[in-house]
Amino acid sequence: MIYATTPSQTVGPYFAIGLPWPEGPHAIAPEHPDAIRITGTAYDGAGDPIADTLLEIWGADPDGRYADLWEHGGPATPGFRGFARFGEEGGDGRFELITLKPGPVRVSEGIVLAPHLDVTLFARGMLRHVVTRIYFGDEAQANAADPILARVPAERRETLIAQPTENGYRFDIHVQGPAETVFFAV
Amino acid sequence: MSEPSTEKAHAVYKPVTDTPDCYLRPGEDEQTPLDYPPYKSSRLRHPKQPLVFMPQTITEITGPQLGRERVLGELDNDLTRQHPGEPIGQRITLTGRVLDTEGKPLRGTLVEIWQANAAGRYRHRWDRWPAPLDPNFTGAGRAITDDDGRYSFTTIKPGPYPWGNHYNAWRPAHIHFSLLGRAFVQRLVTQMYFPDDPLFPYDPVFNSVRDERARQRMVSRFAMSASEPDWALAFEWDIYLRGPGATPFEEAL
Ligand SMILES: [Fe+3]
Repeated sequence: MIYATTPSQTVGPYFAIGLPWPEGPHAIAPEHPDAIRITGTAYDGAGDPIADTLLEIWGADPDGRYADLWEHGGPATPGFRGFARFGEEGGDGRFELITLKPGPVRVSEGIVLAPHLDVTLFARGMLRHVVTRIYFGDEAQANAADPILARVPAERRETLIAQPTENGYRFDIHVQGPAETVFFAV
Repeated sequence: MSEPSTEKAHAVYKPVTDTPDCYLRPGEDEQTPLDYPPYKSSRLRHPKQPLVFMPQTITEITGPQLGRERVLGELDNDLTRQHPGEPIGQRITLTGRVLDTEGKPLRGTLVEIWQANAAGRYRHRWDRWPAPLDPNFTGAGRAITDDDGRYSFTTIKPGPYPWGNHYNAWRPAHIHFSLLGRAFVQRLVTQMYFPDDPLFPYDPVFNSVRDERARQRMVSRFAMSASEPDWALAFEWDIYLRGPGATPFEEAL
């Protein structure tokens, strides 16, 4: 390292001026036959919904490929952005993102990552963002072999598992409190 | 925070894609804290459990590349020309480079900004303090860095504004910046300040960065040489995102 990084500062209460856009929450067109809906609410330490959350997800497509221009993962599904951003001005804390369910990713001989999405959460009151992961409740076998989940204390793993709903999954985030979500240092 | 090391890390760039295999992991004490009591709303909004160490997998060393989708027009980086009239205030140009900690420019990366108007008022329904809105100013801009990692904006200098954190609390003038970088782990949201702001000593957000030299990395510099005669004052600000680190995934497992 030759230079030090620029420090983080809070996104503040007014990010809706600059960051959300209408297609932002859609990593894939909502009419795509395989589109799934991830809904949830972020809660603060008092158990209240955080009305001004900015939430982003990043992940692979069903073939385990990434929509990354730098070609780490090879080509991804056409029309799949891999990334979605939800940020509603003065919402009720409930978020909704549309994406494709990611597939397992083989990273090297014998190591397979269970289907997952990386999540970045910003809010007023957070001086820097926090990172968590969404795993899927209907992937118990893959989850059991995932090397990242294995690092999470067993009694807290549930906080990273999204539960199937009619048209997708539900994933709530608790920034603090008895059900505090696991956040990662990456 | 310690002085940037002059000793080169074992930098891993992939020869084909020119992006690192793994990124620097700043220590907890080198980053802006999540829990900082003088900033009141951090109290209920920081995790209390320790963060779990995550080796960087391919999901963290890849990242979204939104440029072409978000920067649609030639005027996206000119906040003074988004309305029929000119906004009120001091016209400024703001330029700089997006680099990684090895000094390598990040080309083609998206830079998004938002800010208050010259009177310190945001065009947002939650901002209700009695300073005037400017019908000719929205306060949002987007740019993509060029091959040297350079971005540029034309805007007006935002005013300081009061907020409810403590008695007589005022934020120093600032512009909010959002950067995607190339990789998920390079994501950065921060604020750029102006030199010699008299409000610096009183602002808990600015001072949440505990190291003086680190705080100065959020402050732009006035650039007389880049100022345009009879047109605009110039400020310059370089942004450093995390660069290559030394521990690829398999070794960190
Ligand atoms: Fe602000």
